[in-house]
Amino acid sequence: MISFLIKLWENILIALRALAENKMRSVLTTVGIIIGVLTVVSVASIIAGLNAGFSDQISNLGSNTLYIQKYPWVAKGDWEEYRNRPNITMREVEYIQKNLQVDALVAPSTATRRELKYKDDSLKDIIIRSATINTPQIDAITVDNGRFFTHHEINHKQNKVVIGFEIKDKLFKEIDPIGKKIRIGNTSFTVIGVLEKRGSIFGHSLDSEVYIPVESLFKNFGFHRSIDIVIKINDITKVNQIKDKLQFLMRVVRKLKPNEKNNFSLNQQEMLMETYNNLTNGLYTAAMGIGALSLLVGGIGIMNIMLVSVAERKREIGIRKALGATRGIISFQFIVESIIICSLGGLIAIFFSFLLSLVIDKITPFPSTVPLWSVLMGLGFSSFVGIFFGIYPAMKAARMEPIECLHFE
Amino acid sequence: MDKNNALIDLNGIIKTYHVGTVDVHALRGVDLLIQNKEYISIMGPSGSGKSTLMNIIGCLDTPTSGIYKLESELVHEMDDNKLAEIRNRKIGFVFQTFNLLPRASALHNVELPLIYSGVSSSERRLRAEEALEKVGLSDRKDHKPNELSGGQRQRVAIARALVNRPSLILADEPTGNLDSKTGEEIMEIFGRLNKAGNTIILVTHERYVAENANRIVHIHDGNIAKDEILVRN
Ligand SMILES: Nc1ncnc2c1ncn2[C@@H]1O[C@H](COP(=O)(O)OP(=O)(O)O)[C@@H](O)[C@H]1O
Ligand SMILES: [Mg+2]
Repeated sequence: MISFLIKLWENILIALRALAENKMRSVLTTVGIIIGVLTVVSVASIIAGLNAGFSDQISNLGSNTLYIQKYPWVAKGDWEEYRNRPNITMREVEYIQKNLQVDALVAPSTATRRELKYKDDSLKDIIIRSATINTPQIDAITVDNGRFFTHHEINHKQNKVVIGFEIKDKLFKEIDPIGKKIRIGNTSFTVIGVLEKRGSIFGHSLDSEVYIPVESLFKNFGFHRSIDIVIKINDITKVNQIKDKLQFLMRVVRKLKPNEKNNFSLNQQEMLMETYNNLTNGLYTAAMGIGALSLLVGGIGIMNIMLVSVAERKREIGIRKALGATRGIISFQFIVESIIICSLGGLIAIFFSFLLSLVIDKITPFPSTVPLWSVLMGLGFSSFVGIFFGIYPAMKAARMEPIECLHFE
Repeated sequence: MDKNNALIDLNGIIKTYHVGTVDVHALRGVDLLIQNKEYISIMGPSGSGKSTLMNIIGCLDTPTSGIYKLESELVHEMDDNKLAEIRNRKIGFVFQTFNLLPRASALHNVELPLIYSGVSSSERRLRAEEALEKVGLSDRKDHKPNELSGGQRQRVAIARALVNRPSLILADEPTGNLDSKTGEEIMEIFGRLNKAGNTIILVTHERYVAENANRIVHIHDGNIAKDEILVRN
């Protein structure tokens, strides 16, 4: 064992010597390996970043929440058809609420963008969301200061508003906003509550939104808009049953004939997840394909360079054999050399992957990290290529007759 | 001569090269006994088969037929790994063209046989330095071959041949690429090594070089023509 380690070390030293003597050639040979490993590792880290940024956020939507909407999340038909669908109305929302009769929360959800003003300060393009009594539970929001809307306020379309944490910071600073009046568009609203901090999704801060009663939103900002119906289910095992019932109720309320298609969409987080997974799987497959191809090309390059190296160093091989190097030692030497060239390529590639990941992290909204497993995989791949494509040249070197090698000029 | 204790016992060694359809008979049946601590020259004109014989003795090449015993072991029955081990431990080679690794230092060149016999790096260094000292090159151990003169290169090669304490040192025209004065210095080293107990076989085509040895085996056209013991006074 010890002597094996010594031999391994000696061979690494010998290989490093040989590589140092042929720097340029070694670097050029590794280009294929670099491209291959870079592709695989980079895609792995991009996807790891997406997973952190995207997949987690999708799952935040909750697998127990269903959405009845005009448009599907994942479009399969043409947009013309979707656009011609009727808007979802409050009447339909109420019908669902009345007839669903299962343990679930139902709420309409719609939004608009308006300017917010308090005294001389204003905020442009703020998302104004509709609220009903179920909204806090469905959107998972809690009030930090003040309170949420009462039944009465919601039913009577009162011009009251619950504001996000950031809105409070920006418009009111140190002042207590409760009871103060702000303008949304051209209408004056009374602040009754401030929400707890919620964080952001895809770079959009959820804390810079406000809620007003749903009917108040219609009254002030127009009726001509499609509403989303949000259904939050308590018993996850009933999802499919409830989906069927929702579809049935929507078809009934819209008086659709059996041969007519649904003119609404039933959306669920699962669909996004599925699409996302298909996308990332596609990326993985493509990356593996490109990576494998580059590694193959790189490997053939390595084999070629090793064969040239063996031919050029015939005399060296002869000398080593004359001094007692066995076939095993000679082939080992060339394999180690091949592995080192490839691993060097792998290391360079991993270095570039880190750079790339850093750039992606800086210039895109997605966090990007190089996962450890992809580094190990990159090194593993390149070493494997080194061994696999090094075997043939190494065997060739090992089998040469010492006396023939020594006669080589 | 004592056949049982012979260092080398060659019996009917034949070496035939096939070049295209032509057979080249390099050795036509050589019988030769060499004892421990001998200093022997193999002499003959160019193409007579000296190098072929030398390579067979040095286990770099195998005979077409015949029996070769080295320290009573049958060499012609050995496999490749065993031959490598014999070359490593029992034989020290000195070539006409030096055959040093061009990009390695003198010290590393001398260390090579020790690497292949698994000697630890610290001991290796010590022994390689010692060997370089024996050939008077202590001050050149970090020089690369192209920074050394021909004579110095050959001395590195001799140090390398010595370093693993082999049973015999084989030198094939070691002065062939050197001027006569440098050649003499090299021959002096061989003389010294033999006095210190090393067995030396020297190949040359020149009588005055051959005469450094105690015995001259004349080879002619693949046969031993004459076995001459030199009597010193
Ligand atoms: N590898 C070889 N292939 C063919 N013929 C060879 C080979 N090596 C040596 N010979 C021939 O064998 C004969 C002996 O060669 P060699 O032993 O090198 O002679 P010397 O060393 O005495 O000059 C020569 O005729 C030479 O041409
Ligand atoms: Mg010769």
